[in-house]
Amino acid sequence: MVERKIKGRMHVFGDNIDTDQIYPGQYLDVTDHEEMARHCLEGASTEFSKEFVNGDIVVAGKNFGCGSSRENAAIALKVRGVGCVVARSFARIFYRNAINLGLPLIVCPEIDKIAQKGAELLIDMDSRTATNLSTGETAAIEPISDYAMKILNAGGIKPLMRGESK
Amino acid sequence: MHALEKILAAHAGVDKVTTGEIVNCNIDVAGINDLYPQAMYSFREIGGINVANPDKVVIFLDHYAPASTIRQAENQKQFRQFAREQGIEGLMDVGEGVCHQILADKGYSAPGRLIVVTDSHTTTHGAFGAFSTGAGATDIACILKTGKLWFRVPEIIKINLEGELPPGVYAKDVILKVIGELGADYAIYRGVEFAGSLIPKLSISERMALCNMTTEMGAKAAYIHPDSVTLDFLKEKNITGYTIYETDPDFVYHAEHTFDVSDMKPQIAAPFSVDNVHDISEYIGTPINQAFLGTCTGGRLEDIEVAARILKGKKINPGTRMLVVPASKKTLQDAIDKGYMQTLIEAGCTFVTPGCAACLGTHQGLIAEGESCITSSSRNFPGRMGHNKGMIYLASPAAVAASALTGVITDPTPYLRDNIE
Repeated sequence: MVERKIKGRMHVFGDNIDTDQIYPGQYLDVTDHEEMARHCLEGASTEFSKEFVNGDIVVAGKNFGCGSSRENAAIALKVRGVGCVVARSFARIFYRNAINLGLPLIVCPEIDKIAQKGAELLIDMDSRTATNLSTGETAAIEPISDYAMKILNAGGIKPLMRGESK
Repeated sequence: MHALEKILAAHAGVDKVTTGEIVNCNIDVAGINDLYPQAMYSFREIGGINVANPDKVVIFLDHYAPASTIRQAENQKQFRQFAREQGIEGLMDVGEGVCHQILADKGYSAPGRLIVVTDSHTTTHGAFGAFSTGAGATDIACILKTGKLWFRVPEIIKINLEGELPPGVYAKDVILKVIGELGADYAIYRGVEFAGSLIPKLSISERMALCNMTTEMGAKAAYIHPDSVTLDFLKEKNITGYTIYETDPDFVYHAEHTFDVSDMKPQIAAPFSVDNVHDISEYIGTPINQAFLGTCTGGRLEDIEVAARILKGKKINPGTRMLVVPASKKTLQDAIDKGYMQTLIEAGCTFVTPGCAACLGTHQGLIAEGESCITSSSRNFPGRMGHNKGMIYLASPAAVAASALTGVITDPTPYLRDNIE
């Protein structure tokens, strides 16, 4: 089952963070997931990899994951240890890729109002809120669809396809 | 129902689908690109042993054509072996071209088909009245195992294009204008249909450019209703076994937009977003280091033809390099037959193997820090074609050729007039 509450420090990005920025094209021939994870968000920020701690949350504006269909982008975020990605909206292929890997994506149309680099963010899927724990400010999150939640709760599409459940 | 919905319904084996519903559909064409050996790994991780429908699977060695690193070569080797083991005859090896042009050239693209490829620009085949969409490697692995994939039935947006294209303005300019007006995220999760009085006047090549770029506004699928242009194309290719679905007259679109193209100007998308679109006049004079003509967006025969018309008997600017990458082997052969290749070589262009080439920033024409490239391709993201501080400008093939000639961003219109015989 996917966690109903996810807490982590925010790394804040802007709109239209495309999959080239999440996982630059020059590493597309890499097949090892740990090696992929080392290049996570390298095209968007030089600070991210230095400051990232396991479980931290990636926060972004609209259309996160647009562009190339490369699953490597979702793999890099997942294997790097990103707790979840919270954005105003997500591009569709990236959305499917991430859910397939069991990486929760949270749509929060007003996340920009509470986003704060380094502050802790609490995602509560039951109360459908995102809370900046430094300021106490909250913003509503959209529910994850039943079908996507079924995949997430199985731990991703692979366990689901194998007929396993967690 | 919309024609796109009817395609999903027919492939799910149901009479009716509704917006937002999840349907499990049989896939007609499942394509895998050489970037994604993960599709083979995921296939095995989900317990796959034998591919469900090897005759419906096509493998494209197009993004690394030919391989420039040992790792790329190893990945391609694995694909060749997988194709042999699984009895997949549709192996499109190095030199065949970009997946989407191959699908059109070889008769895979046809009305009513459901096409899924591990490439985001799979929306291209909406130009033929297909439902076609991009997917990740693991989604394709699910198709390899079961022959099926789930879809959420999308809302459909209608974009009416009215009028006649002025000289110097092409489908690429039109779609850039549309994306600039509506935004790079406007059509996320949605289908986009193009209709209006312009459509019957557009060639298959131009329709493909329109549908291809809907990916850059987030679309799940594109659609142009098949007409006499489509039927002529299918007949010429001797393609049978397709179904044309009609949208019901009472279908309600999620949104509708109308653009009059008659006084449209050549467009340009400036760094670093595809919706940062302006009239090209605002950028005229910007120095250009590289001009790139190619890809599934702008590397078809008509694109090469217009470049040849502009550059015939001339030399490109000595400070600018121009790369020409025919979208497929067939495109290359046709361009040779028509003399365009000779013209472009004499003008100083450099040729690259049919395939994706520099578009995705892996090889064959990367740009350095601070360099500028004008391109007929689809993306101008930071670092997309090389250095993160390289500047990529998206424009029509004509604008690419005219800019190579002058060495600065140039409106192609006067250069076309010069060459009208």
